[in-house]
Amino acid sequence: MWAMTTEELEKMANTIRQDIIKMLVEAGSGHSAGPLGMADIFTAMYFVILKHDPKNPDWPERDRLILSNGHIVPVRYATMARAGYFPVKELMTLRKFGSRLQGHPERLRLPGLETTSGPLGSGLSQASGIAKAWQMDGIKNRWVYCLMSDGEQDEGNTWEGAMFAAKYKLANLIAIADRNNIQIDGPTEEVMPLEDLRAKWEAFGWHVIEIGGHDFTQIIGACHTAKAIENKPVMIIAHTIPGKGVDFMEYDYHWHGKPPNPEEARKALHELRTLGGRIRSEHQ
Amino acid sequence: MKLNPKLYKSDVEQEPIRAGFGRGLVAAGRDNNQVVALCADLTESTQMEAFAKEFPERFVEIGVAEQNLVTAAAGMALAGKIPFVSSYAAFSPGRNWEQIRTTICLNETNVKIAGSHAGVSVGPDGATHQMLEDIALMRVLPKMRVIVPCDSMEAEKATMALAATEGAAYIRLAREKTPVVTTRDTPFMLGKAQVLREGTDLTMIACGPMVYQALIAAEHLSEAGIKVEVINCATVKPLDDATILASVRKTRAVLTAEEAQAAGGLGGAIAELLGEQEPLPLARVGMQDHFGESGNPNELLEHFKLTAPHIAERARELLRARRARA
Repeated sequence: MWAMTTEELEKMANTIRQDIIKMLVEAGSGHSAGPLGMADIFTAMYFVILKHDPKNPDWPERDRLILSNGHIVPVRYATMARAGYFPVKELMTLRKFGSRLQGHPERLRLPGLETTSGPLGSGLSQASGIAKAWQMDGIKNRWVYCLMSDGEQDEGNTWEGAMFAAKYKLANLIAIADRNNIQIDGPTEEVMPLEDLRAKWEAFGWHVIEIGGHDFTQIIGACHTAKAIENKPVMIIAHTIPGKGVDFMEYDYHWHGKPPNPEEARKALHELRTLGGRIRSEHQ
Repeated sequence: MKLNPKLYKSDVEQEPIRAGFGRGLVAAGRDNNQVVALCADLTESTQMEAFAKEFPERFVEIGVAEQNLVTAAAGMALAGKIPFVSSYAAFSPGRNWEQIRTTICLNETNVKIAGSHAGVSVGPDGATHQMLEDIALMRVLPKMRVIVPCDSMEAEKATMALAATEGAAYIRLAREKTPVVTTRDTPFMLGKAQVLREGTDLTMIACGPMVYQALIAAEHLSEAGIKVEVINCATVKPLDDATILASVRKTRAVLTAEEAQAAGGLGGAIAELLGEQEPLPLARVGMQDHFGESGNPNELLEHFKLTAPHIAERARELLRARRARA
């Protein structure tokens, strides 16, 4: 869709992170860590990987992006706005009465959302259902991506979907799990251990790729590889840093479900604008 | 025209309501190649087998995974399919209510949920498998239609109507053979309640296999000079307020009958309508806040007072109470 250099993608992701901070502080509630951690992957999806048209969100031949863990939707809203789905200024309506930008995404409120999500663990099955319908219709050159969290791998529904996708060899299905190692109550391995996560997905019949989730070359490369895998769905385990880009939020599970206050937001924006102090004058 | 001519005879034809669903699904599949069927390891029991045989490429075996059953169906609907999903009602919508709420109702996907083996008449399997709360569970969901056909004939028509009508729906099916109340010529419309028998003393509003029991009770009461109007309320949601209110304003006494928890079920729906629009004496025949148990269907229906003689007795009590107040 867009021909962008890695540097341009990084700059876009940085802009999206700033949008997220501004949205959250304006809303006064919401999740910080997940959206910041997934900004690079969402940037790669909307500006490189997805076949889509922001001016024609219902284009039947588009790829589908199912967001299973709906609580990180601020990153999707910000990326969609930057990609041209709706005006950037509308981002400031997040979570407010009458907004199309609901606290958790609702398909019918905003064109381009693909599904309604929030309660965890149901996205993979929906994505699988889409892939299954395409398989019935003989559609090959179209992809459904399911972005999911690591915490929601506690859900039984996730593994029911995993078995289903493997059974029907849904090769048009690519899942990307945000392996940031945190959930609301603490580190995933303390709350409910997920490891060996790779072995679990392989045992369920999936092709597994592990990547660094902040490296555009790896993100884009993994999606290309995933498309080339036949007869199997693909799970990309993306190792990410929760709160990525804001030093005091990174790796800290306390930022899973809360927004910054105005002072914290000011600090966060300064850090993002100076790229962590590496440049003197703020960009954007 | 509307009723089986042999309705009040002992040799009335009997067939499981779920059988009509099976036939309706095949017919819907022939009408529209976007109709697909998903089943959670109960293909024969829920009568999806005929569809699976005729359209193997449009049948999806899900395994014992009711959460995936409805969420995969939601995904297929997002891709343009018209999915029918089936299991025992105790498991779907019993187990997967939140998924139905979020991915089908709030998401407005065109998924049809068939809950088979509903009610105590499942029999020997016992309380775990006798779904009684499904009407209540589905009725409170915005965007959800709730259909409880009275016999196999109506189940067939309802299934075809649902396939042709956009939107989420729940259709409740029973396992046991049930007398065929209607005929092929009986009209069926989603959202429409039907007066099957006219009367002036009392309105009985029933759904599912209890429609037959209500009609038998009405026939019995007519011998004592009590004229009962019987309404088949096959669509529990959206309720056909106009038909029901017109009837109860005439009779001034109401009895509901269902093989489900009366609280939140058809009885609940009617109580809400009457409470707001037309407060009238009401008796609700149904399960009274308890579970079923193992037994043969007839002894269970008898034990839980879900048969025509019990309905007739409740009707008499209701009319006596009304006279005492007057």
